[in-house]
Amino acid sequence: MDFLQNIDITAIFYIVPSLIMFCCGVYGFMTRRNMIAILISLELMLNSVDINFAVFNRFLFPGQLEGMFFTLFAIAIAAAETALAIAIIINIFRATKNIDVRGLDAMKF
Amino acid sequence: MESLGSLIAYGVVALAMVVFSVLAVTTRKILRAATYLLFTLFATAAVYFMLDYEFLGAVQIAVYAGGIVVLFVFSILLTSKPGDNSEPLQSKSRILGLVAAVAMLCIAGYSLVHRAQLFLTKPEMADLNMDQVGETLMGTAKHQYLLPFEAVSVLLLACIIGGVVVARKR
Repeated sequence: MDFLQNIDITAIFYIVPSLIMFCCGVYGFMTRRNMIAILISLELMLNSVDINFAVFNRFLFPGQLEGMFFTLFAIAIAAAETALAIAIIINIFRATKNIDVRGLDAMKF
Repeated sequence: MESLGSLIAYGVVALAMVVFSVLAVTTRKILRAATYLLFTLFATAAVYFMLDYEFLGAVQIAVYAGGIVVLFVFSILLTSKPGDNSEPLQSKSRILGLVAAVAMLCIAGYSLVHRAQLFLTKPEMADLNMDQVGETLMGTAKHQYLLPFEAVSVLLLACIIGGVVVARKR
C-alpha cells in the first residue's frame, strides 16, 4: 500500500473521466434513434464540459471565480434548453405518434 | 500527498462517472438510460464537492438531478412504454459512432497528456463562503455578474413561455 502514499490527485485525474464522459456522449448522439436518448447524450456532453470549467478554475486560478460562474450559467441554460427540447419532442409525438428520428422526414423538401 | 480516504473517494467517484456514462448510452431501455444519467450527475456533483465548490455541487444536485431528470422521466413515460426495448443497432451506425468516439478520445487524450501544466497539484484556496459567491453574482464591478444573471432570468422566462406555446393542445 506504500505506493498509494505517493499519488497526488492532479488536474488530469478529473479531466480524463470527463473526457471519457464526453466521448460516451458523442457515441450516443451518433447511434441513438430515440429523440429523448439523443437528448440524454447531449446532457452527458454538456456535463463533462462543465466539469472541465470547474477543474481549470480550481487548479489554474484558485483565487478567481470565473470558471465556477461559467458553469453556474451553463447549468441554467442547459435546464432551459432541455425544457424547450422536451416540449418540442412531446409536440412531435402528438403529431406523428413516433419519436424515432428515422421516421421524421415529413418536412424534408 | 493525499490521504488514503480522499484517494478512495476519488476512485469511487471517477469509476461511477465512467461506468454510468457508458451504461447510459449503451442500455436499450430508455428509462434505465435516464436513471444512469442521474447517477452520472450525482458523481459530477461529488466532483464539485471535492474541488471545494460546495455551492456549485448543491446547484448541480438541485437543478440537474432534481429538475432535468424529472423532466426526462415524465417525457419518457408520456412517449413510450417503460418496458420497451429499443431495436438493436445496425452494425454500420455502431461502427461509425465507435470510430468517432475513439478517435476523439485518442486525439484529445494525446494532447492532454502532452500538457505538463495539467499535472500540478491542487493549490490552496481560501474557503469560498456564500458572501463571496453572492457578491460576485450580484455586483456590477469588474469580475461580477449582475448582467448575465438578469439575462438568464429573461432567458428562463422566454423558455417558460416558449415551452407552453410549443407544447399546448391546438
